Amino acid sequence: MTQTKLVRIVTAGSVDDGKSTLIGRILHDSQALMTDQVDALSNARFSRAEKGDLDLSFVTDGLESEREQGITIDAAYRYFATPETSFIVIDAPGHEQYTRNMVTGASNADVAIVLVDASRLHQGALKVQTRRHATIAHLLGLKVVFAVNKMDLVNWSLKVFQEVEESLKRLSRSLGITNPAIVPINARSGDNVVTISPAAPWYQGASLLDVLQSQGEGTDLSDLPFRFPVQRVVRVDGHKLEAQRGYAGRVASGQVAVGEAVFVGPHRRPTKVSRIETYDQSLGRAEAGQSVTLYTEDEVDAARGDILTGPESSYANRVIADLCWLDDQAWDPRRRYLLQQGTAAITSRIESVLHIRDMRDLSEVRGGQALKLNDIALVQLHTQTPILADHFQDNPKTGAFILIDPETNQTAAAGMIRGVV
Amino acid sequence: MTFFSRLLHLDRLESEAIFILREAAAQSQNPALLFSGGKDSAVLLHLALKAFRPEKLPFPLLHIDTGHNFEGVTEFRDETATRLGERLVVAHVQDSIARGSVRLASPLASRNAAQAVTLLEAIEAHNFDLLLGGARRDEDKARAKERVFSHRDAFGAWNPKSQRPELWDLYNGRLQAGENFRVFPLSNWTELDIWTYIEREKIALPSLYFAHVRPVVRDGEFWRPVTAVTPAAAGQVIENRVVRFRTVGDMTCTCPIESDAADVAAIIAETRLSTLSERGATRMDDKVNEAAMERRKREGYF
Repeated sequence: MTQTKLVRIVTAGSVDDGKSTLIGRILHDSQALMTDQVDALSNARFSRAEKGDLDLSFVTDGLESEREQGITIDAAYRYFATPETSFIVIDAPGHEQYTRNMVTGASNADVAIVLVDASRLHQGALKVQTRRHATIAHLLGLKVVFAVNKMDLVNWSLKVFQEVEESLKRLSRSLGITNPAIVPINARSGDNVVTISPAAPWYQGASLLDVLQSQGEGTDLSDLPFRFPVQRVVRVDGHKLEAQRGYAGRVASGQVAVGEAVFVGPHRRPTKVSRIETYDQSLGRAEAGQSVTLYTEDEVDAARGDILTGPESSYANRVIADLCWLDDQAWDPRRRYLLQQGTAAITSRIESVLHIRDMRDLSEVRGGQALKLNDIALVQLHTQTPILADHFQDNPKTGAFILIDPETNQTAAAGMIRGVV
Repeated sequence: MTFFSRLLHLDRLESEAIFILREAAAQSQNPALLFSGGKDSAVLLHLALKAFRPEKLPFPLLHIDTGHNFEGVTEFRDETATRLGERLVVAHVQDSIARGSVRLASPLASRNAAQAVTLLEAIEAHNFDLLLGGARRDEDKARAKERVFSHRDAFGAWNPKSQRPELWDLYNGRLQAGENFRVFPLSNWTELDIWTYIEREKIALPSLYFAHVRPVVRDGEFWRPVTAVTPAAAGQVIENRVVRFRTVGDMTCTCPIESDAADVAAIIAETRLSTLSERGATRMDDKVNEAAMERRKREGYF
């Protein structure tokens, strides 16, 4: 099997800007839809398409309530491949009410297509949800590609496109996104989606799919410092003298070889890797992404929740982090939350809110002490035991965490470590 | 800044599934793995061995048996469990019928939807709090929406309108008493991935998946198998056709496709060219209405 690049795409942007239709169009024009799926579209109840046409939003809006209401409620995952690239496309909802589902989708993607409806902007003013989604995508470390949709409704006017383009460039600058691709499209008819359309001779760029395919791959996770969250301890009895404990897990980042030193937990107890095993092989080396069992030379008393690291690591029990609050129940400053990082769950408390982002102008509002559904904030967290203080932008595998409400078990927030105190 | 792993496609999927299997086992008290003998559950079981050997699996295998199985499938199921030395729990829809919790419209009615009842009864009887299943997001538009760790309430119901957020690969498997999780390690696999993995790993399957001669009748777009529970209706012409099954489920709702693909390589070649989706080509239970799968899942189905 040849190596194919994996590109995971999520749609973003405000409701009714055409996200689901765009995904349907990409799949349709890439011949990724099966005949029976297309037939099902032409017979679908609640379809909003003209007779003889297909409502492409129904490719991913698969729930009854979504079709009935003509909206996306939760993220849908679709899979297709071109000869060079295998794609996972995640269609995420635009409604503010379902932002947590958009965050879910975005956390599993590498690239966000932020859609804007060209026909519904006044003097280039972007909608709050457009700004919110671009902000979330950027905070989560995704590449952002903008698609200016429904260009047919403004007669493919260059002037309108340039107005929107200017607004998107301003938004990009305020978020720190450099040189974003901005593609004028019509998702319903497919112009500039998979192939370049003659409708906009003034557009010199590539089609949206080509832009997505050409996104660079970024950094190889194997080149980062070694991180191995222990999922379970394996006991192999065998001969008494050789009775050993192994640590089963997936290499989150970096690589490790037999004989190399690894360190366990905040006390950084050192040991050496004696064996690396999979079900049917002994390996000399394991790298990012591989699920293996590591055996060490000494009994190091590691357990689920510990992270084995290479020599470079630092721990802290006070960190600064970006939070997306996802729970209907607002933050309660008196309460503790479980912080899940890798396989560890550690009691934690939000000590202070440093600022909350105002989505109307992306300004940072200081002095607030409330966090509610869909808020994006920078906070200071205190953890009961020290946690690995990897910064999210340097290592998204260990720099990410979730907060869990220990009473309701709900996932209350998505977090990204930005610094230590 | 984005990041990538340089693992090959199937290695990436395999490692992800092993990671999910280990998370599921670590975060639950009393898990089970749904094993029907079908290709997806055979792949899932193979991945479970990769995740947990040399230890015994930390869960039993569970089959919800409609009693309407194609020949060879239950034998394959039993032989596989015996060969691996793993415990197999079988819950019978027939027992639910005897208890009165399942009532069928007619003796030969499909027992497919009734599986949800028997499944929920088995969960309660054995106190299972997490079930591993081989479902894939590419199978169906409702499944395409489902989380890897899919939360079910005390009635076993899936609530698609308020699923728990699922960030990165940080799976939150915490439950209140009486609730359960369905966990799908093959969420990101496609039908083609399953077959290429079966070829690579030489995973054994029931013979039904490969081309064979079978009596069938034409029923709309399907070739319906002629069996003891699905006899030909008056006036239907029974034909012996060379067919294979793309999915293996209850006899009353699963149809074979015409195919002479007799080995895995031929099936892969055929799958690459197929213009029909797996369930669209074979499952009558999904044709009842547009949201058939979603409705079954809301009632507690896999």
